[in-house]
Amino acid sequence: MFENIIRPETLEPVVRSVINIGIILINIAIIVGIALLHVAYATYFERKTIGHMQVRLGPIEVGPHGILQPIADGLKLLFKEDVIPQVADRTVFYIAPVIFFTAAMTSLAVIPFFEKFVIADINIGLLFLFAMSSLGAYGIVISGWASNSKYAFLGGLRSAAQVLSYEIPMGLSLVGVMIMAGSLNLSEIVKAQQGYPLGLYLIPQILGFVVFVIAMFAETGRCPFDLPEAESELVAGYFVEYSGFRFALFFLGEYVGMFIMSSIAVVCFLGGWTVPQFILGIPLIGDILSKVPGIIWFLLKVYFFIFLYYWVRATVPRYRYDQLMAIGWKILIPVALANIVITGLIKLWVKGMI
Amino acid sequence: MEPQEIAEKIKERFPDEVIDITSFRDQVSVIARKERIVDICRYLYDDPHLHFDFLVDLCGVDYLDKKVPRFEVVYHLYSIKYRHRIRLKAQVPEDNLRIDTVTSVWAGANWHERECFDMYGIVFRGHPDMRRILMPEDWEGYPLRKDYPVTGPEKEWPGFQEVLDKAKAFREFEWKE
Amino acid sequence: MEGINRNQPPSDIRIAPELHTREITLNMGPQHPATHGVLRLVLELDGETIVKCTPYVGYLHRGTEKLGENRTYLSALPLTDRLDYVSSMNNNIGYVVAVERLLGIGPPERAKFIRTMVAEMGRISNHLLWLGTHALDVGAITPFLYVFRERERIMDLFEGLCGARLTVSYPRIGGVRNDVSQKFLDDLYAFTEEFPGRVDEYETLLTVNRIWLKRTKGVGVIPAEDAINWGLTGPTLRGSGVRYDIRKFAPYDAYDKVEFEIPIGYNGDVYDRYMVRIIEMRQANRIIRQCIEKLPKGPITIDSPFTFPPKGSLSRKDKERFNKDYYSRHFTLAKGGPKEAPQGEIYVATEVPKGELGFYFISDGTGRPYRMRIRSPSFVHTSALPRLCEGGLVADVIANIGSIDIVLGECDR
Repeated sequence: MFENIIRPETLEPVVRSVINIGIILINIAIIVGIALLHVAYATYFERKTIGHMQVRLGPIEVGPHGILQPIADGLKLLFKEDVIPQVADRTVFYIAPVIFFTAAMTSLAVIPFFEKFVIADINIGLLFLFAMSSLGAYGIVISGWASNSKYAFLGGLRSAAQVLSYEIPMGLSLVGVMIMAGSLNLSEIVKAQQGYPLGLYLIPQILGFVVFVIAMFAETGRCPFDLPEAESELVAGYFVEYSGFRFALFFLGEYVGMFIMSSIAVVCFLGGWTVPQFILGIPLIGDILSKVPGIIWFLLKVYFFIFLYYWVRATVPRYRYDQLMAIGWKILIPVALANIVITGLIKLWVKGMI
Repeated sequence: MEPQEIAEKIKERFPDEVIDITSFRDQVSVIARKERIVDICRYLYDDPHLHFDFLVDLCGVDYLDKKVPRFEVVYHLYSIKYRHRIRLKAQVPEDNLRIDTVTSVWAGANWHERECFDMYGIVFRGHPDMRRILMPEDWEGYPLRKDYPVTGPEKEWPGFQEVLDKAKAFREFEWKE
Repeated sequence: MEGINRNQPPSDIRIAPELHTREITLNMGPQHPATHGVLRLVLELDGETIVKCTPYVGYLHRGTEKLGENRTYLSALPLTDRLDYVSSMNNNIGYVVAVERLLGIGPPERAKFIRTMVAEMGRISNHLLWLGTHALDVGAITPFLYVFRERERIMDLFEGLCGARLTVSYPRIGGVRNDVSQKFLDDLYAFTEEFPGRVDEYETLLTVNRIWLKRTKGVGVIPAEDAINWGLTGPTLRGSGVRYDIRKFAPYDAYDKVEFEIPIGYNGDVYDRYMVRIIEMRQANRIIRQCIEKLPKGPITIDSPFTFPPKGSLSRKDKERFNKDYYSRHFTLAKGGPKEAPQGEIYVATEVPKGELGFYFISDGTGRPYRMRIRSPSFVHTSALPRLCEGGLVADVIANIGSIDIVLGECDR
């Protein structure tokens, strides 16, 4: 983004690498700042949305319309006493939330927020995201183990099984996108969507999209798949023994996870930061909308998914453990596989190979 | 069937067991010996014209200084099919606080019998799980007996000292200025 | 359902039988968000399947039966509020109906209708709370907030009627405490107008929701014979398809003068018990409307040594008649009521929202019951919990606890 100001070829190699590192650090700072602010206000957004869906007001006391509530909550968590159970496995107990949070935050590195704004524009972006979301499961499992509490242990076990089972349909559902885009680089995937109807993969990949959205709910452990932390069954699941800022790390990780999953959905199916072609084609409105920066479009689409998370949470009950597994293995995986076969066959047909 | 008829029928079938039949406001009680109470209950359950399939309630009563024998176990029976009810009372003397369980006839008698044991100390022979139910397991005495006082001397709970010791041991973790 | 043998723990599919494995013992409660109070369940789990479930009760035992034996018939009334604190009105009515039957008196016609009306209000308020907490346990959070909107209106109506919201102590032996005002009736009628629409609202969220169906259909099945044998009553029994309702088969108060239907289930699972209660709410609404329409004029208490004429309810002529022994009677009642009651024993059951609430009195002729036994539905229902839960999953335990609608205050007495 700074190519026009600094001409790299005129600089010494050492200076060049220092500047590069500096730019990356600035980018990281921006993204981490945005992500943490997002988490704070995603909770506010959640409480307000669900509150109004449930004929109540949500946070209203702290600041105008409760706008400072997330900050108050964050401060409270920071100053809370950090309780560690006597029988807990201390080292692992300390590490678990860090793993969970780090895995979630690292995923942010490969997400293209708008054109050319991505920390690491690597060509295996999608695989990297899968790897990181599986790594997060370690944090959950070992936190359940280290707490030495049966509720946490059951929550951890449930979570391990759930994340592993839903990783498969989620990965498979995106294979169709990879086939169509011919790349694993997320920016490439966005660009490849321009040539398709409405500028989205949503229409040709509708099966993959549905599977992905369901798997996305399960992967982040949100309602109706919030079994690892089912408060009425397992009290709070794997983080029941955590308090203070260790608890906050799990909390942050969960909301960042939601943000990442929504971002993948936006990048792979809804055309990322781009505006659908048919909207730009409309006279007058199209001209105005084309001036709107890409980041706004991106965030609007992401927040649509985040709203979907909250909407579903306010509407449906929770699945049971065996039913969750049945959906994953008996419905989503076959559908995702069928989607791959169909996409592949169509691609071959278009290319004239069959 | 009218309650009085049912009582007569029981008496006809078990002439040696039934001691007395009383009636108050259309509710008839059959007072019986405790020895063959399961047989009576089984008969009431199985007889096609009686068919008492529903054990409404089972409780104990303490008649201290009022009656001999001192205790009674009261069974309230109802037939959902015929909509008639009867009250069956089994006398339990103080020196032999044992009676057979009716859990084999009505599964619902389980907890009622445990409560009766808990409150009166009447032991139900053959019960699958004869433990205290409402009171703590280390409780002394049977609270609903008439000689159990409503208020008594302030007695310290035996586990209290243990709790105090524990609290003392935990004091080292307290916040210090 | 699929893939799990619900009757037996899957012990025959162990890969290495010589490998020694042990069940996890999970202590659920007494402090647990889904046990509706202080119920403690010790679960033995094989994975997530329940091998054994042992309920422990008694954490809320206050000795109500013992207390009742040491109080007069009149002053034991507030104790019954604290049994099932969710539907205290129905408990009060159960108690006063039993005492009236023992004393051989009955309330005047107007009081009967008022009692029926408030009892059904209590039923609605209880079922609303049940629906909210049950749905919350299964994971649906929104119905909980919706039902509290309506429950609040009933609470407000109770407050307007007798000054108390939760522990009402409104009925009296031989009548009710005070007369209903026209404003109360108008408000209640307005409530009944809009309540069926509200029930529709809850039903759109749950009744045909796929996840709700999956979580409740075929879970916690108890066939009719078993349900009777375990002594289940109320909606829990009717969910199994047994047509047994004390309001119909042994009517008390004005239940023989109003029309209503008894919903019964078919499969005896959690879903059927849910549907029975939903329809019961609609029927209760219907009964309230009929009571308002048919409410006769007249006195609200009878003239007996156990009753006390309410303030302001007497005409001048009545007052003069009462005046002669007004103060002496007030004194007697305030000191603890009359010193005698007929000698005998009586068991009277009423249909409270949770099932059959029975009071068994043994009177030795004094003004205090010699023995006061409370047959509480929650106690019996809790005893059947292992029968419902064993072989299911942890999540089914929660659904089952919700579906039998227990309140531990009543269970432990």
